[in-house]
Amino acid sequence: MARAVTPQRKAINTAAAWAVGLLIFFPILWTILTSFKTEATAIADPPVFLAFDWTLENYGVVMERSNYGRFLWNSIIIAGGSTLLGIIIAVPAAWSMAFVPSKRTKDILMWMLSTKMLPAVGVLYPIYLLFIKMGLLDTKFGLVIVLMLINLPIIVWMLYTYFKEIPGEILEAARMDGASLKEEVIHILTPMAVPGIASTILLNVILAWNEAFWTLNLTAAKAAPLTAFIASYSSPEGLFYAKLSAASTMAIAPILILGWFSQKQLVSGLTFGAVK
Amino acid sequence: MATQHSRSAARLMMAPAVVLLLGWMLVPLTMTLYFSFKRYLPLRGGDLGWVGFENYTRFVTSSAFWPSIQTTLLIVGGVLVITVVLGVLLAILLNQPMWGQGVVRILVIAPFFVMPTVSALVWKNMFMDPNYGLLAHLWKFFGAAPVEWLSQASLPSIILIVSWQWLPFATLILLTAIQSLDGEQLEAAEMDGAPAYKRFGYITLPHLGRAITVVILIQTIFLLSIFAEIFVTTGGAFGTKTLSYLIFQRVLESQNVGLGSAGGVYAIILANIVAIFLMRIVGKNLDA
Repeated sequence: MARAVTPQRKAINTAAAWAVGLLIFFPILWTILTSFKTEATAIADPPVFLAFDWTLENYGVVMERSNYGRFLWNSIIIAGGSTLLGIIIAVPAAWSMAFVPSKRTKDILMWMLSTKMLPAVGVLYPIYLLFIKMGLLDTKFGLVIVLMLINLPIIVWMLYTYFKEIPGEILEAARMDGASLKEEVIHILTPMAVPGIASTILLNVILAWNEAFWTLNLTAAKAAPLTAFIASYSSPEGLFYAKLSAASTMAIAPILILGWFSQKQLVSGLTFGAVK
Repeated sequence: MATQHSRSAARLMMAPAVVLLLGWMLVPLTMTLYFSFKRYLPLRGGDLGWVGFENYTRFVTSSAFWPSIQTTLLIVGGVLVITVVLGVLLAILLNQPMWGQGVVRILVIAPFFVMPTVSALVWKNMFMDPNYGLLAHLWKFFGAAPVEWLSQASLPSIILIVSWQWLPFATLILLTAIQSLDGEQLEAAEMDGAPAYKRFGYITLPHLGRAITVVILIQTIFLLSIFAEIFVTTGGAFGTKTLSYLIFQRVLESQNVGLGSAGGVYAIILANIVAIFLMRIVGKNLDA
Protein backbone atom coordinates (compact mmCIF):
# COMPACT_ATOMS: atom_id res chain seq x y z
CA MET A 1 0.00 0.00 0.00
CA ALA A 2 2.37 2.67 -1.13
CA ARG A 3 -0.39 4.95 -2.31
CA ALA A 4 -0.26 8.54 -1.29
CA VAL A 5 -3.33 9.57 0.68
CA THR A 6 -4.54 12.97 1.65
CA PRO A 7 -4.21 13.87 5.33
CA GLN A 8 -7.98 14.23 5.53
CA ARG A 9 -8.53 10.70 4.30
CA LYS A 10 -5.97 9.45 6.76
CA ALA A 11 -7.64 11.33 9.59
CA ILE A 12 -11.01 9.84 8.71
CA ASN A 13 -9.53 6.35 8.59
CA THR A 14 -7.85 6.90 11.91
CA ALA A 15 -11.01 8.14 13.58
CA ALA A 16 -13.13 5.29 12.21
CA ALA A 17 -10.61 2.60 13.11
CA TRP A 18 -10.07 3.92 16.62
CA ALA A 19 -13.80 4.16 17.22
CA VAL A 20 -14.35 0.57 16.14
CA GLY A 21 -11.28 -0.62 18.02
CA LEU A 22 -12.37 1.03 21.25
CA LEU A 23 -15.89 -0.31 20.86
CA ILE A 24 -14.59 -3.86 20.52
CA PHE A 25 -12.17 -3.42 23.39
CA PHE A 26 -14.75 -1.71 25.58
CA PRO A 27 -16.00 -4.78 27.54
CA ILE A 28 -12.43 -5.49 28.60
CA LEU A 29 -11.79 -1.85 29.46
CA TRP A 30 -15.02 -1.69 31.43
CA THR A 31 -14.07 -4.80 33.38
CA ILE A 32 -10.67 -3.38 34.24
CA LEU A 33 -12.20 -0.04 35.31
CA THR A 34 -14.88 -1.71 37.41
CA SER A 35 -12.27 -3.75 39.22
CA PHE A 36 -10.97 -0.51 40.77
CA LYS A 37 -14.38 0.66 41.98
CA THR A 38 -16.17 -0.02 45.23
CA GLU A 39 -19.17 -2.35 44.99
CA ALA A 40 -21.47 0.62 45.41
CA THR A 41 -19.89 2.60 42.57
CA ALA A 42 -19.82 -0.49 40.38
CA ILE A 43 -23.62 -0.61 40.26
CA ALA A 44 -24.16 3.15 40.43
CA ASP A 45 -26.98 4.55 38.31
CA PRO A 46 -26.02 6.28 36.05
CA PRO A 47 -22.76 4.34 35.63
CA VAL A 48 -19.52 6.12 36.49
CA PHE A 49 -16.85 5.95 33.85
CA LEU A 50 -13.62 7.40 35.23
CA ALA A 51 -14.48 9.86 37.97
CA PHE A 52 -14.54 7.59 40.99
CA ASP A 53 -12.27 6.89 43.94
CA TRP A 54 -9.92 4.25 42.68
CA THR A 55 -9.37 1.40 45.09
CA LEU A 56 -7.34 -1.79 45.15
CA GLU A 57 -9.56 -3.29 47.79
CA ASN A 58 -11.27 -5.80 45.45
CA TYR A 59 -8.00 -7.38 44.48
CA GLY A 60 -7.15 -7.89 48.13
CA VAL A 61 -10.53 -9.41 48.89
CA VAL A 62 -10.48 -11.77 45.91
CA MET A 63 -6.99 -13.01 46.70
CA GLU A 64 -7.78 -13.52 50.33
CA ARG A 65 -11.17 -15.10 50.06
CA SER A 66 -10.90 -17.39 47.12
CA ASN A 67 -7.38 -18.63 47.26
CA TYR A 68 -6.71 -17.08 43.90
CA GLY A 69 -3.07 -18.10 44.13
CA ARG A 70 -3.89 -21.78 43.98
CA PHE A 71 -6.07 -21.39 40.87
CA LEU A 72 -3.39 -19.30 39.23
CA TRP A 73 -0.77 -21.90 40.11
CA ASN A 74 -2.97 -24.64 38.65
CA SER A 75 -3.41 -22.65 35.45
CA ILE A 76 0.31 -22.09 35.13
CA ILE A 77 1.14 -25.75 35.72
CA ILE A 78 -1.58 -27.02 33.40
CA ALA A 79 -0.95 -24.58 30.54
CA GLY A 80 2.83 -24.65 30.89
CA GLY A 81 3.11 -28.36 31.56
CA SER A 82 0.88 -29.45 28.71
CA THR A 83 2.72 -27.15 26.29
CA LEU A 84 6.19 -28.28 27.33
CA LEU A 85 5.26 -31.94 27.22
CA GLY A 86 3.68 -31.38 23.82
CA ILE A 87 6.82 -29.66 22.54
CA ILE A 88 9.06 -32.48 23.76
CA ILE A 89 6.94 -35.01 21.89
CA ALA A 90 6.33 -32.87 18.82
CA VAL A 91 9.82 -31.53 18.07
CA PRO A 92 11.29 -34.89 16.98
CA ALA A 93 8.15 -35.73 15.02
CA ALA A 94 7.98 -32.39 13.20
CA TRP A 95 11.72 -32.49 12.66
CA SER A 96 11.68 -35.82 10.93
CA MET A 97 8.65 -34.88 8.84
CA ALA A 98 10.32 -31.68 7.66
CA PHE A 99 13.79 -33.06 6.96
CA VAL A 100 13.19 -36.73 6.11
CA PRO A 101 9.80 -36.58 4.41
CA SER A 102 8.36 -39.79 3.05
CA LYS A 103 5.38 -40.50 0.85
CA ARG A 104 3.19 -40.81 3.90
CA THR A 105 4.24 -37.61 5.69
CA LYS A 106 1.38 -35.64 4.23
CA ASP A 107 -1.16 -38.30 5.17
CA ILE A 108 0.15 -38.44 8.73
CA LEU A 109 -0.07 -34.68 9.06
CA MET A 110 -3.60 -34.64 7.75
CA TRP A 111 -4.62 -37.46 10.03
CA MET A 112 -3.18 -35.66 13.04
CA LEU A 113 -5.21 -32.61 12.11
CA SER A 114 -8.33 -34.74 11.87
CA THR A 115 -7.99 -35.88 15.50
CA LYS A 116 -8.27 -32.22 16.50
CA MET A 117 -11.71 -32.15 14.99
CA LEU A 118 -13.16 -34.82 17.22
CA PRO A 119 -15.81 -32.98 19.25
CA ALA A 120 -14.89 -33.12 22.91
CA VAL A 121 -18.42 -33.82 24.02
CA GLY A 122 -18.44 -36.99 21.90
CA VAL A 123 -15.76 -38.55 24.06
CA LEU A 124 -16.64 -36.86 27.34
CA TYR A 125 -17.86 -39.93 29.18
CA PRO A 126 -15.04 -42.29 28.17
CA ILE A 127 -12.45 -39.76 29.28
CA TYR A 128 -14.38 -39.11 32.47
CA LEU A 129 -14.56 -42.83 33.17
CA LEU A 130 -10.90 -43.43 32.39
CA PHE A 131 -9.98 -40.54 34.65
CA ILE A 132 -11.95 -42.04 37.54
CA LYS A 133 -10.45 -45.49 36.95
CA MET A 134 -6.93 -44.14 36.84
CA GLY A 135 -7.41 -41.72 39.71
CA LEU A 136 -6.75 -38.74 37.45
CA LEU A 137 -9.99 -36.87 38.08
CA ASP A 138 -9.31 -33.46 39.59
CA THR A 139 -5.54 -33.78 39.24
CA LYS A 140 -3.25 -31.37 37.46
CA PHE A 141 -1.41 -34.28 35.89
CA GLY A 142 -4.59 -35.54 34.25
CA LEU A 143 -5.34 -32.17 32.71
CA VAL A 144 -1.76 -31.75 31.55
CA ILE A 145 -2.13 -35.00 29.62
CA VAL A 146 -5.52 -34.17 28.10
CA LEU A 147 -4.61 -30.63 27.07
CA MET A 148 -1.31 -31.85 25.67
CA LEU A 149 -3.20 -34.35 23.53
CA ILE A 150 -5.79 -31.90 22.22
CA ASN A 151 -3.09 -29.39 21.31
CA LEU A 152 -0.50 -31.86 20.02
CA PRO A 153 -1.76 -31.68 16.40
CA ILE A 154 -1.43 -27.88 16.42
CA ILE A 155 2.03 -28.08 17.94
CA VAL A 156 3.25 -30.61 15.38
CA TRP A 157 1.75 -28.58 12.54
CA MET A 158 3.21 -25.28 13.64
CA LEU A 159 6.65 -26.74 14.20
CA TYR A 160 6.50 -28.54 10.88
CA THR A 161 5.70 -25.30 9.04
CA TYR A 162 8.59 -23.54 10.75
CA PHE A 163 11.10 -26.34 10.25
CA LYS A 164 10.20 -26.62 6.59
CA GLU A 165 11.39 -23.09 6.06
CA ILE A 166 14.89 -23.95 7.21
CA PRO A 167 16.76 -24.52 3.93
CA GLY A 168 18.35 -27.94 3.60
CA GLU A 169 21.23 -26.49 1.57
CA ILE A 170 22.61 -24.78 4.67
CA LEU A 171 22.94 -28.14 6.35
CA GLU A 172 24.67 -29.62 3.34
CA ALA A 173 27.04 -26.67 3.11
CA ALA A 174 27.94 -27.06 6.76
CA ARG A 175 28.54 -30.75 6.24
CA MET A 176 30.81 -30.02 3.29
CA ASP A 177 32.77 -27.66 5.48
CA GLY A 178 33.36 -30.59 7.79
CA ALA A 179 30.82 -29.89 10.52
CA SER A 180 29.97 -32.93 12.61
CA LEU A 181 26.36 -33.85 13.25
CA LYS A 182 26.64 -32.45 16.77
CA GLU A 183 28.00 -29.13 15.53
CA GLU A 184 25.35 -29.05 12.87
CA VAL A 185 22.57 -29.41 15.41
CA ILE A 186 23.99 -26.99 17.98
CA HIS A 187 25.34 -24.24 15.76
CA ILE A 188 23.05 -24.27 12.77
CA LEU A 189 19.74 -25.98 13.33
CA THR A 190 18.98 -24.91 16.88
CA PRO A 191 19.43 -21.17 16.38
CA MET A 192 17.27 -21.34 13.29
CA ALA A 193 14.56 -23.35 15.00
CA VAL A 194 14.34 -21.38 18.25
CA PRO A 195 12.02 -18.60 17.01
CA GLY A 196 9.59 -21.17 15.60
CA ILE A 197 9.59 -23.19 18.79
CA ALA A 198 9.13 -20.06 20.88
CA SER A 199 6.07 -18.90 18.98
CA THR A 200 4.61 -22.40 19.09
CA ILE A 201 5.01 -22.40 22.86
CA LEU A 202 3.38 -18.99 23.11
CA LEU A 203 0.30 -19.86 21.10
CA ASN A 204 -0.23 -23.14 22.89
CA VAL A 205 0.10 -21.65 26.34
CA ILE A 206 -2.67 -19.26 25.33
CA LEU A 207 -4.89 -22.03 23.98
CA ALA A 208 -4.36 -24.21 27.05
CA TRP A 209 -4.87 -21.31 29.44
CA ASN A 210 -8.28 -20.52 27.96
CA GLU A 211 -9.48 -24.09 27.42
CA ALA A 212 -12.88 -24.29 29.08
CA PHE A 213 -14.41 -27.67 28.38
CA TRP A 214 -12.09 -30.24 29.92
CA THR A 215 -10.90 -27.89 32.64
CA LEU A 216 -14.51 -27.39 33.77
CA ASN A 217 -15.58 -31.00 33.46
CA LEU A 218 -12.56 -32.83 34.83
CA THR A 219 -11.75 -30.75 37.88
CA ALA A 220 -13.41 -29.99 41.20
CA ALA A 221 -11.69 -28.27 44.08
CA LYS A 222 -8.07 -29.41 43.92
CA ALA A 223 -6.87 -28.98 40.36
CA ALA A 224 -9.27 -26.31 39.12
CA PRO A 225 -7.55 -23.60 37.07
CA LEU A 226 -8.66 -20.01 36.52
CA THR A 227 -11.39 -20.93 34.02
CA ALA A 228 -13.20 -22.82 36.78
CA PHE A 229 -12.39 -20.13 39.34
CA ILE A 230 -14.23 -17.59 37.22
CA ALA A 231 -17.12 -19.95 36.48
CA SER A 232 -17.67 -20.26 40.23
CA TYR A 233 -18.60 -16.58 40.26
CA SER A 234 -21.73 -17.32 38.25
CA SER A 235 -23.52 -18.48 41.39
CA PRO A 236 -25.82 -15.74 42.78
CA GLU A 237 -23.83 -15.19 45.98
CA GLY A 238 -20.81 -14.31 43.91
CA LEU A 239 -22.59 -11.45 42.20
CA PHE A 240 -20.32 -8.64 43.16
CA TYR A 241 -19.38 -6.68 40.10
CA ALA A 242 -16.22 -5.10 41.43
CA LYS A 243 -14.88 -8.37 42.76
CA LEU A 244 -15.96 -10.27 39.69
CA SER A 245 -14.09 -7.68 37.63
CA ALA A 246 -10.99 -7.91 39.76
CA ALA A 247 -11.02 -11.70 39.47
CA SER A 248 -11.59 -11.50 35.72
CA THR A 249 -8.83 -8.96 35.23
CA MET A 250 -6.39 -11.17 37.08
CA ALA A 251 -7.44 -14.18 35.06
CA ILE A 252 -7.01 -12.56 31.65
CA ALA A 253 -4.16 -10.11 32.21
CA PRO A 254 -1.24 -12.53 31.85
CA ILE A 255 -2.59 -14.04 28.66
CA LEU A 256 -3.63 -10.72 27.15
CA ILE A 257 -0.03 -9.58 27.41
CA LEU A 258 1.34 -12.83 25.99
CA GLY A 259 -1.26 -12.69 23.24
CA TRP A 260 -0.22 -9.27 22.06
CA PHE A 261 3.24 -10.64 21.43
CA SER A 262 1.98 -13.59 19.45
CA GLN A 263 -0.36 -11.87 16.96
CA LYS A 264 1.72 -12.81 13.96
CA GLN A 265 2.08 -16.49 14.78
CA LEU A 266 -1.58 -16.70 15.57
CA VAL A 267 -2.65 -16.65 11.95
CA SER A 268 -0.45 -19.37 10.52
CA GLY A 269 -0.79 -21.40 13.72
CA LEU A 270 -4.55 -21.39 13.84
CA THR A 271 -5.13 -21.94 10.15
CA PHE A 272 -2.58 -24.77 9.93
CA GLY A 273 -0.61 -22.76 7.43
CA ALA A 274 -3.55 -22.30 5.08
CA VAL A 275 -3.34 -18.51 5.45
CA LYS A 276 0.03 -16.86 5.82
CA MET B 1 19.84 -37.27 1.33
CA ALA B 2 17.49 -39.63 3.10
CA THR B 3 19.28 -42.91 3.63
CA GLN B 4 17.71 -46.10 4.90
CA HIS B 5 19.28 -45.34 8.23
CA SER B 6 17.89 -41.86 8.56
CA ARG B 7 14.47 -43.09 7.47
CA SER B 8 14.16 -45.54 10.29
CA ALA B 9 15.46 -42.92 12.70
CA ALA B 10 12.80 -40.57 11.40
CA ARG B 11 10.12 -43.16 11.96
CA LEU B 12 11.33 -43.61 15.52
CA MET B 13 11.18 -39.86 16.13
CA MET B 14 7.64 -39.71 14.88
CA ALA B 15 6.45 -42.71 16.86
CA PRO B 16 5.58 -41.11 20.23
CA ALA B 17 3.38 -38.43 18.68
CA VAL B 18 1.66 -40.88 16.35
CA VAL B 19 1.08 -43.54 19.00
CA LEU B 20 -0.27 -41.04 21.55
CA LEU B 21 -2.68 -39.45 19.10
CA LEU B 22 -3.79 -42.83 17.82
CA GLY B 23 -4.57 -43.89 21.39
CA TRP B 24 -6.28 -40.58 22.14
CA MET B 25 -8.49 -41.06 19.11
CA LEU B 26 -9.22 -44.78 19.16
CA VAL B 27 -9.69 -45.57 22.85
CA PRO B 28 -12.40 -43.02 23.69
CA LEU B 29 -14.02 -43.40 20.29
CA THR B 30 -14.33 -47.15 20.72
CA MET B 31 -15.73 -46.67 24.20
CA THR B 32 -18.29 -44.13 22.99
CA LEU B 33 -19.39 -46.53 20.25
CA TYR B 34 -19.58 -49.37 22.77
CA PHE B 35 -21.69 -47.39 25.25
CA SER B 36 -23.94 -46.10 22.51
CA PHE B 37 -25.30 -49.61 21.96
CA LYS B 38 -25.92 -50.21 25.65
CA ARG B 39 -28.44 -49.17 28.21
CA TYR B 40 -25.98 -47.73 30.68
CA LEU B 41 -26.99 -45.72 33.73
CA PRO B 42 -24.06 -45.45 36.16
CA LEU B 43 -26.19 -44.20 39.05
CA ARG B 44 -29.24 -46.38 38.41
CA GLY B 45 -28.05 -49.95 37.98
CA GLY B 46 -25.04 -49.47 35.73
CA ASP B 47 -24.74 -51.63 32.65
CA LEU B 48 -28.20 -52.96 31.77
CA GLY B 49 -27.25 -54.81 28.60
CA TRP B 50 -27.22 -54.34 24.86
CA VAL B 51 -30.04 -52.47 23.21
CA GLY B 52 -29.01 -52.30 19.57
CA PHE B 53 -29.82 -49.00 17.93
CA GLU B 54 -32.38 -47.97 20.52
CA ASN B 55 -30.26 -45.12 21.89
CA TYR B 56 -29.79 -43.76 18.40
CA THR B 57 -33.49 -43.70 17.65
CA ARG B 58 -34.37 -42.43 21.12
CA PHE B 59 -31.87 -39.61 20.83
CA VAL B 60 -33.29 -38.30 17.57
CA THR B 61 -36.92 -38.82 18.57
CA SER B 62 -36.61 -37.07 21.93
CA SER B 63 -38.39 -33.75 22.04
CA ALA B 64 -35.13 -31.94 22.79
CA PHE B 65 -33.30 -33.14 19.68
CA TRP B 66 -34.64 -31.03 16.83
CA PRO B 67 -34.70 -27.83 18.88
CA SER B 68 -31.07 -28.49 19.78
CA ILE B 69 -30.13 -28.90 16.12
CA GLN B 70 -31.97 -25.71 15.30
CA THR B 71 -30.22 -23.85 18.14
CA THR B 72 -26.85 -25.17 17.02
CA LEU B 73 -27.41 -24.08 13.44
CA LEU B 74 -28.69 -20.66 14.49
CA ILE B 75 -25.71 -20.01 16.74
CA VAL B 76 -23.14 -21.31 14.25
CA GLY B 77 -24.81 -19.57 11.30
CA GLY B 78 -25.42 -16.31 13.15
CA VAL B 79 -21.87 -16.07 14.45
CA LEU B 80 -20.43 -16.97 11.03
CA VAL B 81 -22.42 -14.31 9.20
CA ILE B 82 -21.60 -11.63 11.77
CA THR B 83 -17.91 -12.42 12.09
CA VAL B 84 -17.27 -12.86 8.35
CA VAL B 85 -19.15 -9.73 7.23
CA LEU B 86 -17.78 -7.51 10.01
CA GLY B 87 -14.41 -9.21 9.69
CA VAL B 88 -14.10 -8.29 6.00
CA LEU B 89 -15.14 -4.70 6.68
CA LEU B 90 -12.78 -4.41 9.64
CA ALA B 91 -9.91 -5.94 7.71
CA ILE B 92 -10.39 -3.41 4.91
CA LEU B 93 -10.58 -0.57 7.44
CA LEU B 94 -7.49 -1.69 9.33
CA ASN B 95 -5.59 -2.02 6.08
CA GLN B 96 -6.01 1.69 5.31
CA PRO B 97 -3.22 4.10 6.12
CA MET B 98 -3.78 5.63 9.55
CA TRP B 99 -2.12 6.76 12.73
CA GLY B 100 -1.67 4.24 15.51
CA GLN B 101 -2.46 1.20 13.40
CA GLY B 102 -0.55 -1.11 15.74
CA VAL B 103 -2.54 -0.01 18.77
CA VAL B 104 -5.88 -0.37 17.00
CA ARG B 105 -4.90 -3.88 15.93
CA ILE B 106 -4.15 -4.77 19.53
CA LEU B 107 -7.51 -3.39 20.69
CA VAL B 108 -9.37 -5.38 18.04
CA ILE B 109 -7.56 -8.66 18.72
CA ALA B 110 -7.88 -8.52 22.50
CA PRO B 111 -11.23 -10.35 22.93
CA PHE B 112 -9.73 -13.49 21.41
CA PHE B 113 -7.42 -13.85 24.40
CA VAL B 114 -10.14 -13.54 27.01
CA MET B 115 -11.01 -16.92 28.43
CA PRO B 116 -14.57 -18.03 27.53
CA THR B 117 -15.78 -18.19 31.13
CA VAL B 118 -14.65 -14.61 31.73
CA SER B 119 -16.26 -13.17 28.63
CA ALA B 120 -19.50 -15.04 29.28
CA LEU B 121 -19.63 -13.84 32.86
CA VAL B 122 -18.71 -10.25 32.10
CA TRP B 123 -21.33 -10.00 29.37
CA LYS B 124 -23.94 -11.72 31.47
CA ASN B 125 -23.55 -9.57 34.57
CA MET B 126 -22.03 -6.28 33.60
CA PHE B 127 -23.73 -5.78 30.26
CA MET B 128 -26.85 -7.90 30.03
CA ASP B 129 -28.10 -7.78 33.60
CA PRO B 130 -31.62 -6.24 33.46
CA ASN B 131 -31.01 -4.12 36.58
CA TYR B 132 -27.38 -3.13 36.72
CA GLY B 133 -26.05 -4.00 33.27
CA LEU B 134 -24.70 -1.28 31.04
CA LEU B 135 -27.14 -2.16 28.28
CA ALA B 136 -30.01 -1.64 30.73
CA HIS B 137 -28.65 1.82 31.52
CA LEU B 138 -28.34 2.54 27.83
CA TRP B 139 -31.93 1.44 27.19
CA LYS B 140 -33.20 3.54 30.08
CA PHE B 141 -31.24 6.52 28.80
CA PHE B 142 -33.21 6.34 25.57
CA GLY B 143 -36.42 5.85 27.47
CA ALA B 144 -36.89 2.19 26.64
CA ALA B 145 -37.64 -0.58 29.10
CA PRO B 146 -34.55 -2.68 29.89
CA VAL B 147 -34.47 -6.09 28.22
CA GLU B 148 -33.90 -9.31 30.12
CA TRP B 149 -31.35 -10.32 27.57
CA LEU B 150 -30.57 -13.87 28.56
CA SER B 151 -34.17 -14.96 28.96
CA GLN B 152 -36.13 -12.81 26.51
CA ALA B 153 -33.50 -12.67 23.78
CA SER B 154 -31.35 -15.59 24.86
CA LEU B 155 -30.20 -16.77 21.47
CA PRO B 156 -29.24 -13.37 20.04
CA SER B 157 -27.43 -12.63 23.31
CA ILE B 158 -25.33 -15.77 23.07
CA ILE B 159 -24.66 -15.09 19.40
CA LEU B 160 -23.50 -11.60 20.39
CA ILE B 161 -21.14 -12.91 23.08
CA VAL B 162 -19.65 -15.60 20.85
CA SER B 163 -19.34 -13.21 17.90
CA TRP B 164 -17.44 -10.78 20.10
CA GLN B 165 -15.00 -13.58 20.92
CA TRP B 166 -14.52 -14.74 17.34
CA LEU B 167 -14.59 -11.47 15.41
CA PRO B 168 -10.90 -10.87 16.21
CA PHE B 169 -9.98 -14.26 14.77
CA ALA B 170 -11.83 -13.59 11.51
CA THR B 171 -10.45 -10.06 11.28
CA LEU B 172 -6.88 -11.11 11.91
CA ILE B 173 -6.94 -13.82 9.26
CA LEU B 174 -8.73 -11.68 6.69
CA LEU B 175 -6.35 -8.81 7.40
CA THR B 176 -3.39 -11.08 6.78
CA ALA B 177 -4.95 -12.17 3.51
CA ILE B 178 -5.81 -8.63 2.41
CA GLN B 179 -2.25 -7.49 3.02
CA SER B 180 -1.05 -9.89 0.35
CA LEU B 181 -3.35 -8.23 -2.18
CA ASP B 182 -1.53 -6.49 -4.98
CA GLY B 183 -2.02 -2.77 -4.41
CA GLU B 184 -1.16 -1.94 -8.00
CA GLN B 185 -4.10 -3.89 -9.32
CA LEU B 186 -6.49 -1.84 -7.20
CA GLU B 187 -4.75 1.34 -8.25
CA ALA B 188 -5.05 0.47 -11.92
CA ALA B 189 -8.74 -0.26 -11.50
CA GLU B 190 -9.19 3.04 -9.72
CA MET B 191 -7.47 4.91 -12.54
CA ASP B 192 -9.69 3.18 -15.06
CA GLY B 193 -12.59 4.66 -13.19
CA ALA B 194 -13.94 1.56 -11.45
CA PRO B 195 -16.08 2.66 -8.50
CA ALA B 196 -15.22 1.46 -4.97
CA TYR B 197 -17.93 -1.21 -4.78
CA LYS B 198 -16.79 -2.71 -8.08
CA ARG B 199 -13.17 -2.74 -7.00
CA PHE B 200 -14.32 -4.52 -3.85
CA GLY B 201 -16.55 -7.00 -5.67
CA TYR B 202 -14.20 -7.90 -8.51
CA ILE B 203 -10.76 -7.66 -6.91
CA THR B 204 -10.78 -7.65 -3.11
CA LEU B 205 -13.54 -10.17 -2.46
CA PRO B 206 -12.29 -12.85 -4.89
CA HIS B 207 -8.82 -12.46 -3.41
CA LEU B 208 -10.26 -13.10 0.05
CA GLY B 209 -12.28 -16.12 -1.04
CA ARG B 210 -9.87 -18.69 0.25
CA ALA B 211 -9.27 -16.96 3.57
CA ILE B 212 -13.02 -16.62 4.09
CA THR B 213 -13.47 -20.33 3.47
CA VAL B 214 -10.76 -21.13 5.99
CA VAL B 215 -12.32 -18.82 8.57
CA ILE B 216 -15.73 -20.41 8.06
CA LEU B 217 -14.46 -23.96 8.36
CA ILE B 218 -12.24 -23.45 11.39
CA GLN B 219 -14.84 -21.40 13.22
CA THR B 220 -17.52 -23.97 12.46
CA ILE B 221 -15.49 -26.68 14.10
CA PHE B 222 -14.97 -24.60 17.23
CA LEU B 223 -18.50 -23.20 17.26
CA LEU B 224 -20.13 -26.62 17.02
CA SER B 225 -18.69 -27.36 20.43
CA ILE B 226 -19.02 -24.09 22.32
CA PHE B 227 -19.67 -24.92 25.91
CA ALA B 228 -18.57 -22.42 28.55
CA GLU B 229 -20.60 -19.58 27.03
CA ILE B 230 -23.82 -21.54 27.53
CA PHE B 231 -22.79 -23.24 30.76
CA VAL B 232 -22.12 -19.90 32.45
CA THR B 233 -24.96 -17.80 31.02
CA THR B 234 -28.16 -19.79 30.65
CA GLY B 235 -27.18 -23.34 31.54
CA GLY B 236 -29.04 -24.49 28.46
CA ALA B 237 -32.34 -22.85 29.43
CA PHE B 238 -34.45 -20.47 27.32
CA GLY B 239 -33.88 -22.34 24.08
CA THR B 240 -30.10 -22.20 24.12
CA LYS B 241 -29.46 -25.92 24.32
CA THR B 242 -27.11 -26.84 21.49
CA LEU B 243 -26.41 -30.39 20.39
CA SER B 244 -23.17 -30.39 22.40
CA TYR B 245 -24.90 -29.08 25.46
CA LEU B 246 -27.71 -31.62 25.15
CA ILE B 247 -25.16 -34.43 25.05
CA PHE B 248 -23.34 -32.94 28.03
CA GLN B 249 -26.59 -32.92 29.99
CA ARG B 250 -27.47 -36.48 29.04
CA VAL B 251 -24.05 -37.76 30.04
CA LEU B 252 -23.09 -35.80 33.14
CA GLU B 253 -26.34 -34.34 34.47
CA SER B 254 -28.85 -37.13 33.93
CA GLN B 255 -26.11 -39.77 33.76
CA ASN B 256 -27.67 -41.59 30.84
CA VAL B 257 -24.43 -42.62 29.24
CA GLY B 258 -25.87 -44.85 26.53
CA LEU B 259 -28.15 -42.13 25.22
CA GLY B 260 -25.48 -39.46 25.52
CA SER B 261 -22.96 -41.62 23.68
CA ALA B 262 -25.35 -42.11 20.78
CA GLY B 263 -25.65 -38.32 20.69
CA GLY B 264 -21.88 -38.11 20.78
CA VAL B 265 -21.64 -40.29 17.69
CA TYR B 266 -24.03 -37.94 15.88
CA ALA B 267 -21.88 -34.97 16.93
CA ILE B 268 -18.75 -36.71 15.67
CA ILE B 269 -20.38 -37.41 12.30
CA LEU B 270 -21.51 -33.79 12.02
CA ALA B 271 -18.04 -32.46 12.82
CA ASN B 272 -16.47 -34.85 10.33
CA ILE B 273 -18.59 -33.56 7.49
CA VAL B 274 -17.20 -30.08 8.11
CA ALA B 275 -13.72 -31.44 8.69
CA ILE B 276 -13.56 -33.13 5.28
CA PHE B 277 -13.96 -29.80 3.52
CA LEU B 278 -11.39 -28.09 5.72
CA MET B 279 -8.88 -30.88 5.19
CA ARG B 280 -9.22 -30.57 1.44
CA ILE B 281 -8.21 -26.92 1.56
CA VAL B 282 -5.36 -27.46 3.99
CA GLY B 283 -4.20 -30.49 2.02
CA LYS B 284 -4.10 -28.59 -1.23
CA ASN B 285 -1.93 -26.01 0.45
CA LEU B 286 0.46 -28.71 1.58
CA ASP B 287 1.26 -29.63 -2.03
CA ALA B 288 1.98 -26.07 -3.05
